[in-house]
Amino acid sequence: MNVAIIDYGSGNLRSATKAFEQAVSELGGGTIKLTKDPDGLKNFSHIVLPGVGAFSDCMTRLSAIDGLIESLQEQVFIKAKPFLGICVGMQLMADVGREHGKTDGFGWIPGEVISISPHNRNIKVPHMGWNDLQIIDTTHPFVQDLLEGVHTYFVHSYHFVTKDRSHVLATVNYGKPLTAIVGRDNLIGTQFHPEKSQRTGLRFIKNFLGWRP
Amino acid sequence: MLKTRIIPCLDVNNGRVVKGINFIDLVDAGDPVEQAVIYDAAGADELCFLDITASHENRSTIVEVVAKTAEKCFMPLTVGGGVRTVEDVRTLLIAGADKVSINTAAIKNPQLINDAANKFGSQCMVVAIDAKRVNKSYKIFTHGGRKETDISAIEWAKNAEASGAGEILLTSMDRDGTKMGFDLELTRSVSDALSIPLIASGGVGTLDHLAEGVTKGHASAVLAASIFHFGLYNISEAKAYMEKVGVAVRPIEII
Repeated sequence: MNVAIIDYGSGNLRSATKAFEQAVSELGGGTIKLTKDPDGLKNFSHIVLPGVGAFSDCMTRLSAIDGLIESLQEQVFIKAKPFLGICVGMQLMADVGREHGKTDGFGWIPGEVISISPHNRNIKVPHMGWNDLQIIDTTHPFVQDLLEGVHTYFVHSYHFVTKDRSHVLATVNYGKPLTAIVGRDNLIGTQFHPEKSQRTGLRFIKNFLGWRP
Repeated sequence: MLKTRIIPCLDVNNGRVVKGINFIDLVDAGDPVEQAVIYDAAGADELCFLDITASHENRSTIVEVVAKTAEKCFMPLTVGGGVRTVEDVRTLLIAGADKVSINTAAIKNPQLINDAANKFGSQCMVVAIDAKRVNKSYKIFTHGGRKETDISAIEWAKNAEASGAGEILLTSMDRDGTKMGFDLELTRSVSDALSIPLIASGGVGTLDHLAEGVTKGHASAVLAASIFHFGLYNISEAKAYMEKVGVAVRPIEII
């Protein structure tokens, strides 16, 4: 397997890269490459889009790399390569993000990314820390061996509300259920950070790498 | 539900772990990368590196420590101490930190919080506050607790939140290193004034102190150094105790 991690100037790429390298070595080999070369994406078997920061900033930075979004559309949406979006990288699959104004996303999974905006003052934002998942689609290979109640690390102030509930594979409870994992066809997105979720996170990464959608 | 985070803090001086008693007498407690790996395996919820001498000395050692840690530990890592510019924040994030805490520099120039939050997102901006009781209120101190200011801790925390901080790390100077427990009044008054999470720090000597930081101090996370480093308690004992007194924590992983 040959994994591209998209490098578009988003913060902590090193931790994502190191976690994927660890997962690949535990699976018996493969290569992980940080890349922003649109033409090169065709040479990879898996594509990962990390992301920290605001939806609009991430979209602006992706758009600033000539041909990158078009190449992602081609490789992921048309050629159907396994794709994992992490945190904002997951949110970018939506139609629209509402962080710092209205910004169009890729439109791969219908829905909007909106503020968590709790009514209860005890609910602090960002939603930061370890929270347990409620797995809805227990048959999906991405959640294989990750039973009800596994904890993953979240840090976000906005959340993905999908139009189609069947695109939500897992939720997390933070005052109300928030989308924790989205998926359809060859697409997976996690609101949490698998690269920061210790052994549980590595297991998710290995499940993604072993997935044949 | 969201769990209370237990965060061991490693005070790092020239690439070595130390822990100060009231920020003075330093005792060597080992290699930070090695300790980070131990805490990772033990089920710590986050790790914090505080580069305590960074205000005066070479900063490149902490960047190397962060880079080596990020290769081995797949858990959230906050790094602070001597961070003065947006470029310092970027260097630490690229090395593998998830969050960067700023203290003195943010007080001198609050715009730094805005600038860094705009560039990297609020989620990675922690504002660290060292506070001490002065007469009947709490004032903030800069330069590792050496310089007093006239700024109220609560007002400054609210200001930091408004400027784009994603989290506050609040240390009681009166309690730090004393093992007498958090300053709960300070912790609660600041936490209740904020809508972002607060990490309580300074003074933990028993497991009950950790729990009180949440139940009485209203903190979202608790930070401690000495009780973990010197083997007084381990992370799983801390978690078991918290669970017993009704503070929800993440169970130690079984995968």
